[in-house]
Amino acid sequence: MNILADEKNVESLFSIDDIRKDFPELSRYVHNRPLCYLDNAASTLKPQTVIDVIADFYTSGYSNIHRGVYLTSQQATERYENVRSIIAEYIGAQHTSEIVFTRGATEAINLVAHSWGEYAIKEGDEILITTMEHHANIVPWQVLCEKKNAQLRIIPINDSGEIILEEFEKLLSEKTKLVSCVYASNSLGTINPIQSIIQMAKNVGATVLIDGAQAIQHIPVNMQELNCDFFVFSGHKLYAPSGTGVLYGKKALLQAMPPYQTGGDMIRRVTFEKTTYADIPARFEAGTPNIEGIIGLGEAVRYVQKCGLAAIAEREALLLEYGTHRLMEIPDVRIWGTAKEKVAVISFTLGAIHPHDIGSLLDREGIAVRAGHHCTQPLWQRFAINSTTRASFAFYNTEQEIDTLVDGLKNVVSLFG
Amino acid sequence: MNEIQQLYQQVILDHNKSPRNYGHLPECSHKADGLNPLCGDHITVELYVHDGIIQDIRFTGAGCAISTSSASIMTTVLKGKTAEEAERIFQEFHGVVTNDDAVINEESLGKLAVFAGVREFPARVKCASLAWHTVHAALQGEQEISTE
Ligand SMILES: Cc1ncc(COP(=O)(O)O)c(C=O)c1O
Repeated sequence: MNILADEKNVESLFSIDDIRKDFPELSRYVHNRPLCYLDNAASTLKPQTVIDVIADFYTSGYSNIHRGVYLTSQQATERYENVRSIIAEYIGAQHTSEIVFTRGATEAINLVAHSWGEYAIKEGDEILITTMEHHANIVPWQVLCEKKNAQLRIIPINDSGEIILEEFEKLLSEKTKLVSCVYASNSLGTINPIQSIIQMAKNVGATVLIDGAQAIQHIPVNMQELNCDFFVFSGHKLYAPSGTGVLYGKKALLQAMPPYQTGGDMIRRVTFEKTTYADIPARFEAGTPNIEGIIGLGEAVRYVQKCGLAAIAEREALLLEYGTHRLMEIPDVRIWGTAKEKVAVISFTLGAIHPHDIGSLLDREGIAVRAGHHCTQPLWQRFAINSTTRASFAFYNTEQEIDTLVDGLKNVVSLFG
Repeated sequence: MNEIQQLYQQVILDHNKSPRNYGHLPECSHKADGLNPLCGDHITVELYVHDGIIQDIRFTGAGCAISTSSASIMTTVLKGKTAEEAERIFQEFHGVVTNDDAVINEESLGKLAVFAGVREFPARVKCASLAWHTVHAALQGEQEISTE
């Protein structure tokens, strides 16, 4: 990451009008109102340049990869493989072979649970996750624990939505084989102190997986500095196409892991008696992948780098502060998740008004927010509520859009009286 | 009336604020839980059916204004009806909330006609029909349904 170069560009690149022009969806109307898209934690909109590279791939140079000896297949393969280098650089991985493309964070976690979990987890072992995990980082471990007669243990959080490190310390033991932890919470916004968490886990010899689905678009990461064993994220929350994602795994670990899915592309040699598997990362990419999606992912990362992650983060921090401040103006708004370190996610309840009603009413004003449990049901059980309304900002959002949200919420209050 | 006013009519807001027949029955012959996994809302319906007639019906649970008011209004409609009548009303109700072309027969639908606005909000159809699916399940002798 070249933060210095990014900072130099902050001024020139952060004409918000120019940024907004990069995203065609932002000029759409919904229910005759300008779209006010505040559901970026669910998925981000796509810049034109990402759309263009996909169209370009389909109109000039389409073919399958790793197949033909003909020119376009070689070019397609190069474009696809080049994204591995882009990602490796973006997340500071040592080797490009440590980057495995998946359909998303969910598939990446499942890959680890099946492939690594299958041989690494034994009866009586313990897997630690936090209270604020997304279902994608709960259920695969639940299933694995059930199968292996292992224990899933939960790291508690405080009322602000922060991990209680002292309690985490107490849960760690030589039985701990895996700590799987979200970097930034999609429901609370909390940014977890993963450096400490990784270090503490390493002290007892545990393997660490970091779910970076809500961090990768806001926070610069470096795998070599973090020293986690696995890191996963989805492309679609990083301005890239849906159906793309990344599993980063340390080389030695990936090399020791058996395939997750089997078939074409992941083999070295097949006879009817026996098959030998390809080396990493191909071993984990059975079948024809989402080629155009991965090419789009590469372009999305380039776009983010061009804007500068530091500048993006700075702008989102402003939006978070402004949004928090404005929402608190509304009597009966309660914000869930008040950690000191947060990404631009605000989960809130509004008196006893159900989030679904709020969501429907806001929708008619062109405002897109998430209403529900955001795939973190156990988290809300911790707070004894069922669901929240969630506004989540990307750097292309504006203060005016937050004002629109606040006005919309005031209308909701007056309807429900 | 715009679509929002059509959806959130006074009757609906009123039943949401003070739901009728909320709570448990001292004695029930049929009972089922309904779950909407999309939002995590859940409802429990208890019925006391005697001589083929729904003598009493109550519900508990947490939900949005649409699902709460639908459950509340449903209980007031179903009390005193036979299981067959309940089924027929459910079918008619379902037609109204899901089908753009369904004719609204105010006479047979009675109070349920206020839910006609739901058809403009496809995302909310499950909210409106959760209680009904749950009653249907209870009368069929099932204990649990989910609106997937
Ligand atoms: C923290 C977190 N983890 C995992 C996921 C799952 O991502 P996907 O559905 O793209 O696989 C999400 C998406 O909502 C998320 O926010």
